[in-house]
Amino acid sequence: MYSFDIRKADSVAAAAALIAQTGGRALAGGQSLIAAMKLRLAQPGTLVDLAGLTELQGIRRDGNALVIGAMTRHAEVAAAADVKAAIPALAALAEGIGDRQVRNMGTLGGSLANNDPAACYPAGVLGLGATVHTNRRTIAADDFFKGLYETALGDGELITQVSFPVPTKAAYVKFAQPASRFALVGVFVAQTGGGVRVAVTGAGPSVFRAKALEDALARTFTADAAKAVRIPATGLNSDLHGSAEYRAHLIPVLAARAVAALA
Amino acid sequence: MGANETGPIGQSVRRREDQRFLTGAGQYTDDVTMAREAYVYFLRSPHAHAKISGIDREEARTAPGVLAIYTGDDLVGVNGLPCGWLITGTDGKPMNEPPHPVLAKGKVRHVGDPVAMIVAESLHQAKDAAELIVVDYEILPAVVNGVDALKPGAPQIHDEAPGNRCYTWALGDKGAVDAAFAKAHHVSKVDIVNNRLVPNAIEPRAAVASYSRADESYTLYVTSQNPHVERLLMTAFVLGLPETKVRVIAPDVGGGFGSKIYLYAEETAMVWASKHVNRPLRWAAERSESFISDAHGRDHVTHAEMAVDKDGKFLALRVTTTANVGAYLSTFASCIPTILYATLLAGQYATPAIHCEVTAVFTNTVPVDAYRGAGRPEATYVVERVVHQVGVDLGLAQDEVRRRNFIRTFPYATPVALTYDIGNYDATLDEAMRLADVAGFPARRAEAAKRGKLRGLGYSSYIEACGLAPSNIAGALGARAGLYEAGQVRVNPTGGVTVFTGSHSHGQGHETTFAQIVAGRLGIDIGSVEVVHGDTGRIPFGMGTYGSRSLAVGGTAIVKALDKIVAKGKKIAAHLLEAAETDIEFADGKFTVAGTDRSKAFGEVALAAYVPHNYPLDKLEPGLDETAFYDPTNFTYPAGTHICEVEIDPETGQTSVVAFSACDDFGNVINPMIVEGQVHGGLAQGIGQALLEHCVYDRQSGQLLSGSLMDYALPRADDLPTFKVGTKVTPCTHNPLGAKGCGEAGAIGAPPALINAVLDALAAVGVKDIQMPASPHRVWQAIQAAKSGATVAA
Repeated sequence: MYSFDIRKADSVAAAAALIAQTGGRALAGGQSLIAAMKLRLAQPGTLVDLAGLTELQGIRRDGNALVIGAMTRHAEVAAAADVKAAIPALAALAEGIGDRQVRNMGTLGGSLANNDPAACYPAGVLGLGATVHTNRRTIAADDFFKGLYETALGDGELITQVSFPVPTKAAYVKFAQPASRFALVGVFVAQTGGGVRVAVTGAGPSVFRAKALEDALARTFTADAAKAVRIPATGLNSDLHGSAEYRAHLIPVLAARAVAALA
Repeated sequence: MGANETGPIGQSVRRREDQRFLTGAGQYTDDVTMAREAYVYFLRSPHAHAKISGIDREEARTAPGVLAIYTGDDLVGVNGLPCGWLITGTDGKPMNEPPHPVLAKGKVRHVGDPVAMIVAESLHQAKDAAELIVVDYEILPAVVNGVDALKPGAPQIHDEAPGNRCYTWALGDKGAVDAAFAKAHHVSKVDIVNNRLVPNAIEPRAAVASYSRADESYTLYVTSQNPHVERLLMTAFVLGLPETKVRVIAPDVGGGFGSKIYLYAEETAMVWASKHVNRPLRWAAERSESFISDAHGRDHVTHAEMAVDKDGKFLALRVTTTANVGAYLSTFASCIPTILYATLLAGQYATPAIHCEVTAVFTNTVPVDAYRGAGRPEATYVVERVVHQVGVDLGLAQDEVRRRNFIRTFPYATPVALTYDIGNYDATLDEAMRLADVAGFPARRAEAAKRGKLRGLGYSSYIEACGLAPSNIAGALGARAGLYEAGQVRVNPTGGVTVFTGSHSHGQGHETTFAQIVAGRLGIDIGSVEVVHGDTGRIPFGMGTYGSRSLAVGGTAIVKALDKIVAKGKKIAAHLLEAAETDIEFADGKFTVAGTDRSKAFGEVALAAYVPHNYPLDKLEPGLDETAFYDPTNFTYPAGTHICEVEIDPETGQTSVVAFSACDDFGNVINPMIVEGQVHGGLAQGIGQALLEHCVYDRQSGQLLSGSLMDYALPRADDLPTFKVGTKVTPCTHNPLGAKGCGEAGAIGAPPALINAVLDALAAVGVKDIQMPASPHRVWQAIQAAKSGATVAA
């Protein structure tokens, strides 16, 4: 780790101003950033800690949506009665992230802003067609995830909350990479007002929607329908833990399991 | 057992050391603090293979807080790190033993090879300075795979090792093997890779080195399994210092698994530098540093063939192995794939002829040395995979093919240089099958099939040679050290006993087990026994802990010292009781005149020894303090059968270990709870190797791809079933405890049991082979290949 300053602000606006002023980085739960800093892979001169900002916290039901503050910890989402009642798949997804320590520190906003290709939350946000609110604007999930560790967020733009429309039903199935237990492939399947959505994490450079699965499941929402879909391996990740072909194979298998879990 | 071996021996006494470990009161090397200490950071090679054309450290030298920067050329008078075992090749020549510089000289040979040592007031300052050092690397092609390294045209790693060959060595009667193969009814063959492993003790390696100008002496706190060996190698071979001027202390150590046996560059350079800087120096590896600097384990590529007759009787075994020893020879690297490997290829079977040829090869990887089991897991994996294949080929049940070949007459001289003293392989097989409910397996398999899952059952009947080792045999085989152990028993005036052992506990529970032996033998309370280990300033010269040797060898040394204590105690008691020495009996903590009720308690005798007012001073020295060195007459041979049951999801390739049953024969057991814990830990590591752990280098760049716990999968609790373990006892015939050793059995027995179970499960879908680790990806690939009729490359 290199030396760095840590600053706190008393509002999101003040935090954004501090980041602009110092050229620093926002610190959410720190579960990726601090680890990278310890390895000297990240070298922010200043961290602006978002932890005390109450406007970034909390879980509430707002009509047909569940609104979760950006600094809400995974453990809070996993345990929240509102989440379990409205979108149990989202609570289960949060419960399956990392380990207890990670879940007690890691945050929804931090995970989305980092957009790790194997993170779970991006699959939930994209799969549910959520809306990401920032200190500047609102961004539809379909427009938010841009590529490997890349999002639509501009410099100094901070996620404030995420609004998840409550689906008819949804399920997330993660096949864990054996070492990191991140998603080797994770598939989020949701039946929503806007139709069937299938989001895939772990398999590509960034979370993506599997249109072929969505189309098949829109026709027949059955496990067999999902399983019959063939996903091309082109463009998918290939590493120590699985080839692109293996990941391509797993996508419909896991989608089918998600559908089966909803039967 | 005799009447004087009562009390806590054989009881599951709670581990006395756990109080401090579990409450954070343990004192590990990195807990040691000294006044004026400075921090050390090692700049390591980012390249697998490169020439160093220059090192510019001018800017770094003047960076804030920097006290000194050393490179290989600065270590004048410092020799390379030695290898402790000389292997003589089939050509009659000694192995190629290239220099292993403490800090790189002119060339780096693996990612992580230390290039410079930075000493600074703080760790951050040392790291900052390291970034200012400019090393001019001329990158060379790298080779990381042992088989690749032997090919013509492979990058040449050492001038002293043409063709990257360290040695080609063989054991066994080749002629007899060839003759047996010529008349064989059938030959079963396997091609196997024993995957490279990264040890990952929970405590990374660390050192604190200091120099005293007062008496020109050095003190080194270090994470070591064998402080005396560390000191001997460092002083006599590398630094040229008198042993008397170096004290090595291995305090609480958080796991070793072999990786802390060796003399490493870091602490050696630090001892040297502590005088030059004249400050205490401290260093602790970070986990990512451990991955590229701790000796790795295994990494064999093997072809094995078993010749059998029509009844499934083994006629001969032929084994050819390429062993990747990494970039340099680590301390015991040369003996692992030879002496500790080929000698175990008989397994539990009366195979009349065995021949094994091993080629050890240098590559651009971290050095490979002993890792829990050390050679014996490799041998067991070969034997049990090929035995499984014989069963498959001949249509024999897996227990039956083993029973047809078990050794049943002891002592048994194998064709690969060992003599097994005792064992009962049917007993452990029978009990393992009972624990595993083999009879109920067909029903479980059918039930799994209804759920679309594949079930398999795999056997492993392993043997290991522990209790290292008879020094004369080891010496004849090339060992450059003895392999005895020392124990000192100091009875204090008030009757408390301090035991000084050359064994070193880094998780094994010696402070409890050894205290049980002493308390049991002396008939005193275990609470009055203190066990001291790990400090060359306090203990007699000991060889340390590895190879499941501590109880069989270290424990026996203590027993020998206890015998001397009792013998002297009898003399003192005879005087006090005014009886003939020959009439004194010792039992239950009392010296008694035979046939009378006249006795002296152990404490009274101890007090008399130190307050010799009424004492035979003309015939006997005062005091009650005895030392014994014990050199075993044979190895010990723990053995057993492990049975693994897996369930495979053919859609994802995921293998779940649904049951694991192990029945082991460790000889007499002092503390069953500790033994069971050792078995559990060993099984976890064995299952880890077979299912999860995989050290992978990029074949072109030589970069370590599995360089952190994000990519190197260690087993976790939820990867493991609830183990069913049992023991059967045939006491070791040649040590007074009848003990054989238990530390490595799990890691030895588990891998083939698991892989054989996977093969048994996958046979249903046409898969004939799989390599470790049986990751979901690999299993899925094997299933796809079987479907398409192709075979999968390793």
